[in-house]
Amino acid sequence: MNHPNAAAQFNEDVARTTWHDESLWFVRTKRDAATHAVPEWETLRDLASQIKEHTLSHLDDYLTTFEQQATANGVQVHWAKDAAEHNRIVHAILQQHSVQRLVKSKSMLTEECGLNPFLEQQGIEVVDTDLGEHIVQLAEEPPSHIVMPAIHFKKEEIGSLFHEKLGTDAGATDPQYLTESARQHLRARFLAADAALTGVNFGIAETGGFVVCTNEGNADLGVHLAPVHIASMGIEKLIPKPEHLGVFLRLLARSATGQGITVYSSHFHRTRAGQAMHVVIVDNGRSEHLGRADFWSALKCIRCGACMNTCPIYRRSGGHSYGTTVPGPIGSILSPGRDLKAHSTLPFASTLCGSCSAVCPVQIDIHTQLYKWRQIVVKEHHVSASKRGGMYWVNKVFAHPRRFRWAGRLVRKALQKLPSSWIQNRLNVWSRSRELPEPPEQSFRAWYEQNRRSP
Amino acid sequence: MSSRDDILRAVGANKPSSVPLPEISTFDAPGGRLITLFTEAIQSIGGQVEEVDTREDVASLLTARYPDAMVVASLLPEMNGTVALDGIQDPHELADLDVLVCEGEIGVAENGAIWLPESAVGHRAAPFITQHLAVVLDKRQIVWNMHDAYARVQVDAEGFGVFVAGPSKTADIEQSLVIGAHGPRSLTVFLVGSSAESKGRS
Repeated sequence: MNHPNAAAQFNEDVARTTWHDESLWFVRTKRDAATHAVPEWETLRDLASQIKEHTLSHLDDYLTTFEQQATANGVQVHWAKDAAEHNRIVHAILQQHSVQRLVKSKSMLTEECGLNPFLEQQGIEVVDTDLGEHIVQLAEEPPSHIVMPAIHFKKEEIGSLFHEKLGTDAGATDPQYLTESARQHLRARFLAADAALTGVNFGIAETGGFVVCTNEGNADLGVHLAPVHIASMGIEKLIPKPEHLGVFLRLLARSATGQGITVYSSHFHRTRAGQAMHVVIVDNGRSEHLGRADFWSALKCIRCGACMNTCPIYRRSGGHSYGTTVPGPIGSILSPGRDLKAHSTLPFASTLCGSCSAVCPVQIDIHTQLYKWRQIVVKEHHVSASKRGGMYWVNKVFAHPRRFRWAGRLVRKALQKLPSSWIQNRLNVWSRSRELPEPPEQSFRAWYEQNRRSP
Repeated sequence: MSSRDDILRAVGANKPSSVPLPEISTFDAPGGRLITLFTEAIQSIGGQVEEVDTREDVASLLTARYPDAMVVASLLPEMNGTVALDGIQDPHELADLDVLVCEGEIGVAENGAIWLPESAVGHRAAPFITQHLAVVLDKRQIVWNMHDAYARVQVDAEGFGVFVAGPSKTADIEQSLVIGAHGPRSLTVFLVGSSAESKGRS
């Protein structure tokens, strides 16, 4: 995937790009209102960051404790090194329980593992039950946002999709009506499901339990009806103790959507009578990432999506332009670790304005890591020849004060004398949506020499 | 070697050097009565609050609020529903439940969340599959924030427990808020107790 090309495609529809930008900015403003109402917000961010860093720095111990406690609670714990093993384990559990129909609540991990297509190939019916995820599933698209999977869809498009797939009235676009239709359609699926799969927002090492947060109630409706519950959890989801949930649940929903807390924060520890509960702990590249000195702290992420909502690039390029399960700033620092070449354009999908780091509830230095990935991408030669060549010459000039002064004089003159097509031309990607300011008569250095320097 | 051992070994080898676990500070409640703050929080998330003097008052108010409810399940000793939850083995039988009335353990004023352990709701599925949810809460059980709530709740005392904050909702279609996604279409909280209460402190 090439982010600038995909983003250019997205930007062809200017009105739609503006609409997308404004939809996400609206969520950002709700986040601001919610966080400003909490006087201790910055203290909570400090705490959350430290708790996550502590947990990651003792992660092997906490994983072992979690396994022991969960097993003692009657939960079956499985370990998956990679996506393929995760999918095999889930399929084996489903076979063991003769499952034909699986309902799922939102899980970015199973998106990352490609679970749905794998299970469908094995003949299992998989229904995503979060409304946004159901929309993208019907449209046969991946989610474009980790919290609002269908944020890129207009209600008219959802209306015609539902008309085609769910038989809603032609031309109907009222969100209330469309949501009600999905409710009726999915309720039948909940009642018919043989198993339910959820993600995990937080795993509690001390008690061996886990917490799942939703607004719709879809995770619970699936899990409490079906005889089998499977929870897929990345190794980085653990926190040490239940008391730490107080910190994270105060941060998560406020950062994500501006709510004080999600409607449902469900705490699972033991099965109900007659039910089986499985937790699949997944690595899939996380343990390797933990060993990267400059980048391991990205594993603190609690998947709130705030960095996406605030990012001027994400808002104007859409989630699909990143070509990754987790898009936006956080995705752009996680994905290069998986495949540097495939995701080499992502660290550049940023203005380095730092807004992502400023809103991050667990204080990941996202924009610094973007910058550091750029260094690696360039060193490993995964940038275009024109960018490499440009950087070579810029380096030659900027590293030498006399050359720099000479070049400044030359460019000031050139900007005044040469036609604007010297800068504004098709070959210069930089100039496509930018204007240069009027060049000054003299540089600051020259002005200083003239006016301020003591004789 | 098993995947488990491989993962634990890789994590052990790659983990960063030890970072201490911080102490969680306490955060004071703002001025004002906790009951007022809690009520405002519930209303802001699409729920309704009724203050009642005694639990006996709940039944008639509930009938007035849901006059068309055919199937009502009650976990309050003072009130009978039309269906007895303890006679139900399979949660699928709850599919036509109109109203569930139950008792919350703790209310959180900062966000309107109410802790419902499994024993308080009869069946785990009940508070999600019901069309409408009514929760009775003793005014004295309201705390200020989530830290205070977790100091009181033992999360693994039962196999399942949930913080419920409002009726189920979604904004997945163009950010338009729709109440009644998959779970209850409404939430009513009956706050029980004398109106003379202590001033809010966490």
